[in-house]
Amino acid sequence: MSTMLRINRDKCGYCGTCVAVCPEDALELIDAYLSLERECIACGICARACPLGALEVVHEE
Amino acid sequence: MKNNYDMLVIGGGPAGALAAKTAAEAGNSVCIIEKRPAIGTPVRCAEGVGKELLKQFIKPDPRWISAEIERARLIAPNGTTVSLEQDKAGNEVGYVLDRKIFDRELVWQAAEAGADVIVKTRATAPIMENGAVRGAKVLSVGTPAEIRADVVLAADGTEAQFARWAGLDTTVPLREMMSCAQYLLTDIDIDAGSTDFYLGNDIAPEGYLWVFPKGERTANVGIGISGRKSRDGARAKDYLDRFVAKNFPGGKTIECIAGGVPVCRPLPCTVADGLMVIGDAARVVDPLTGGGIGNAMFTGRLAARVASGCISTGNCSKEALMPYDTEWRASRMGAFLERNYKVKEYFITLDDAKLNTLADSIANISLKEFSVSALIRELIKRNPKMLFELKALKDALA
Repeated sequence: MSTMLRINRDKCGYCGTCVAVCPEDALELIDAYLSLERECIACGICARACPLGALEVVHEE
Repeated sequence: MKNNYDMLVIGGGPAGALAAKTAAEAGNSVCIIEKRPAIGTPVRCAEGVGKELLKQFIKPDPRWISAEIERARLIAPNGTTVSLEQDKAGNEVGYVLDRKIFDRELVWQAAEAGADVIVKTRATAPIMENGAVRGAKVLSVGTPAEIRADVVLAADGTEAQFARWAGLDTTVPLREMMSCAQYLLTDIDIDAGSTDFYLGNDIAPEGYLWVFPKGERTANVGIGISGRKSRDGARAKDYLDRFVAKNFPGGKTIECIAGGVPVCRPLPCTVADGLMVIGDAARVVDPLTGGGIGNAMFTGRLAARVASGCISTGNCSKEALMPYDTEWRASRMGAFLERNYKVKEYFITLDDAKLNTLADSIANISLKEFSVSALIRELIKRNPKMLFELKALKDALA
């Protein structure tokens, strides 16, 4: 089973709140989209902080 | 693209613009890079600023002022309203800006002073040599390039990645990140001369909800809640939607934005070899109000003044740049940040019953002075039974 971060681009407000709380510096706000640029540890802190609920840690078989 | 400057500024917000303008006026070659395709947009701000603070940096201009504010009202969970009126003696409250125009004006002024401005260009890494920052690797409209500079100013806002890549830890703890959402609502009934702050754990846990007028029937209606209180079904947007449905059911949303406001203490050190950190990236937002525009301009200008001296002597080491860090900490702004951090840490501990008690105690007074310290002194005076509890506040003033 793997764990990963899913970004819902339709919900995302491109605000960068998640970038500032990420302990791994994995996320980046590029112009007008959010991108997972480096390795994510699926800690879920960004998903908590998101004002719009655009981020989700998902577990896949 | 020119690839060598005295100063490179990462980010074209108020901090970066003031820094670039100040450094260019001092005769330095300066370049601002902005990752967005346009300066000033999208806005991530409630747009309130103190009049006196603003005037230290720019002459107020109706082109970028949406509303002039005469009073602030604090609304307690039980509806008790504490109104703070503008002093007749000239003690002024503030403005609600139009940041799209305001930010452009600041960058225009920097450009007019001689700074280069390059948009849709983002830093991807610092150029590091012997542990010192010597410029930035950038992607300019998709094309990689290197811009070298004697000193780099990180003005990249909440994300604050540039300083992080250069070795400073800019990560904001979840509990100290205000998770914010805002609608620009029109066709609503408001007091166009008042900034309203709604408090309460059901309204905005560990934060507040604001109504900042942008005209007669238009306002920024937004909210910030602590990151640790944010979860599915109870996010900033959920609280905001509930408030709007109840209070402004006929309002029309013409803009919807989100944002993160760091309300932690400032970075432990805002300089490194070849690097200065300014504005929101330095975490110099007022932790009590979440206001960051004035402090961004203050740190931007101060950093550029210090940097100008360092550039002319050819020494942009951490030690040489350190007077910037020392000076802002010793300034009025530095003292206010520390005081308001303590005040904020106290207020977030209050339950709704205590918030109501405190609001009721000062509901009918008229404060002579419009300030945080005047408000706190009054609270302490009027709540002798809470003396022990209010000690934290008293200590914050000392």
